[in-house]
Amino acid sequence: MNWWEDLKQQITDSPVWKSIFRHGYDDTPRNRILMVSGNVWLHLHPSKVRRHATRMRFTWCMGGITFLMFLITVVTGIYLMFYYRPVTQYAYADMKYLEFDMPFGIVMRNMHRWAAHGMVIAVWLHMFRVFLTGSYKPPREFNWVVGVILLVLTLLLSFTGYLLPWDQLAIWAVTVGSNMGRATPVLGHDGPFKELLGVNPIYDARAFLFGGGEVGPATLMRFYILHCIFIPLVTSLFLAVHFWRIRRDGFSGPAL
Amino acid sequence: MATTAKPTEPAGKRVEVSIKKALGPGDDKVHTWPHLVRAEFLCTVVVLLVMILWSLGVDAPLEEPANPSRTPNPSKAPWYFLGLQEILVFFDPWHAGVTLPSLIIVGLMVIPYIDINPKGNGYYCFESRKWELLTFFFGFHILWISLIVIGTLLRGPGWNWFWPWEKWDPHLVEALTNVDLPYLLGFRDYFWSAVFGGALVLGFFVFGTVAMYAWVIWLKGPEFMVRWGMTRFFLTSFLFLNMVAVLIKMLLKHLLSIQYVMKTPWINI
Repeated sequence: MNWWEDLKQQITDSPVWKSIFRHGYDDTPRNRILMVSGNVWLHLHPSKVRRHATRMRFTWCMGGITFLMFLITVVTGIYLMFYYRPVTQYAYADMKYLEFDMPFGIVMRNMHRWAAHGMVIAVWLHMFRVFLTGSYKPPREFNWVVGVILLVLTLLLSFTGYLLPWDQLAIWAVTVGSNMGRATPVLGHDGPFKELLGVNPIYDARAFLFGGGEVGPATLMRFYILHCIFIPLVTSLFLAVHFWRIRRDGFSGPAL
Repeated sequence: MATTAKPTEPAGKRVEVSIKKALGPGDDKVHTWPHLVRAEFLCTVVVLLVMILWSLGVDAPLEEPANPSRTPNPSKAPWYFLGLQEILVFFDPWHAGVTLPSLIIVGLMVIPYIDINPKGNGYYCFESRKWELLTFFFGFHILWISLIVIGTLLRGPGWNWFWPWEKWDPHLVEALTNVDLPYLLGFRDYFWSAVFGGALVLGFFVFGTVAMYAWVIWLKGPEFMVRWGMTRFFLTSFLFLNMVAVLIKMLLKHLLSIQYVMKTPWINI
């Protein structure tokens, strides 16, 4: 196998290889640090962490799983976007088309939906764990607030996506889930003190969300844009802040 | 080409670096690569496998096409909002759908600022954080999760209560025996029943705050109250009393069929 080793050596010594990869897999302390600090994805981590923070018993890995679920929905969601039109005439037919005609269409849709549910559950368990270990205590108070914002964004992502299949389940779940907008004090046409601003069914808080008095074509387009562009972008920004602050403050742990 | 010196160690040779146990300040750190990255990688592989198998085996629901003129009975919100939908049984929509969710979000956000207990930062413990943990269990498990379970599994047509072994009967007639508390206590006049209801709700918060103040003093001593400060105390007691109010309204409705404790032409509670 001498020619093989020679070939490998030639490739890894070539200027092209060296321009891309700065270090190999040598298991030395220096290289272990380079592995993390020299990699744009891995350098979300500090290069060294406290021992207990690597234990599943301590972290439950729920924050990571939440992020993984987010990534799964991004990847499967892009696939779904290729075949889906947010127009009331087509949306439901596109779901059927996806289910029966597209290679792996139904698997992608299943995975998108189950990952979305999984993300909601994982983010709750993550929050529960962080509470149990008191990891929101100084200096990480504000990162808990960012986490609460991410929790709300997760629910909004899931809720806006709920409408897109445009089946009975979708429009009625969104109708029921948005009725609170109708009942908002002062701003909703069914809420207390509705007389103050003169709101009505087609001009109140819910109509602003729906683009009309009830769930209709405008709502589908609004929820589609919120679901595919606006909320994912905002979520990504807050995720960046969330991870960055963990990186700066370090993993929580008992005082040494 | 290939003019740079070869690394002294051949590629891939393992140099052992032992995982040290905590020996002193800052001395329990291990390298992220491989210790943490390995755990994350394995976790990712397992979760991805589960997700793929699950998605191959269980299809996401797709019902008949949307029909705005045909309302299903029951109409349920997505499962994660069913706790709030269940609270609609006890409160009007402006409270169950707007005020309470806002209070939940704000309440969660202020947790790190109202909790000044330095103990239990970064490790599991119960004894030194008993009240914080019990409050969180009460809010998360008792209120949020169990109401979702009720809303998902036990509510059928007309939002009536059906046990899992009961058939969902859309024609079930439930006797409307609900009564408002002021009426039950003999108030027949709109004005006085509103005054009574208002006094009751206000009284609940005033009395509750005073009781909580006394309780914290008794439990933790006056010195703690000084450190905690009035802002933190009032915020905590207001949020806590709102949680308790949900439980009280649930019990009143389920046990005594009492719908409102306060009834005015504008808002009911």
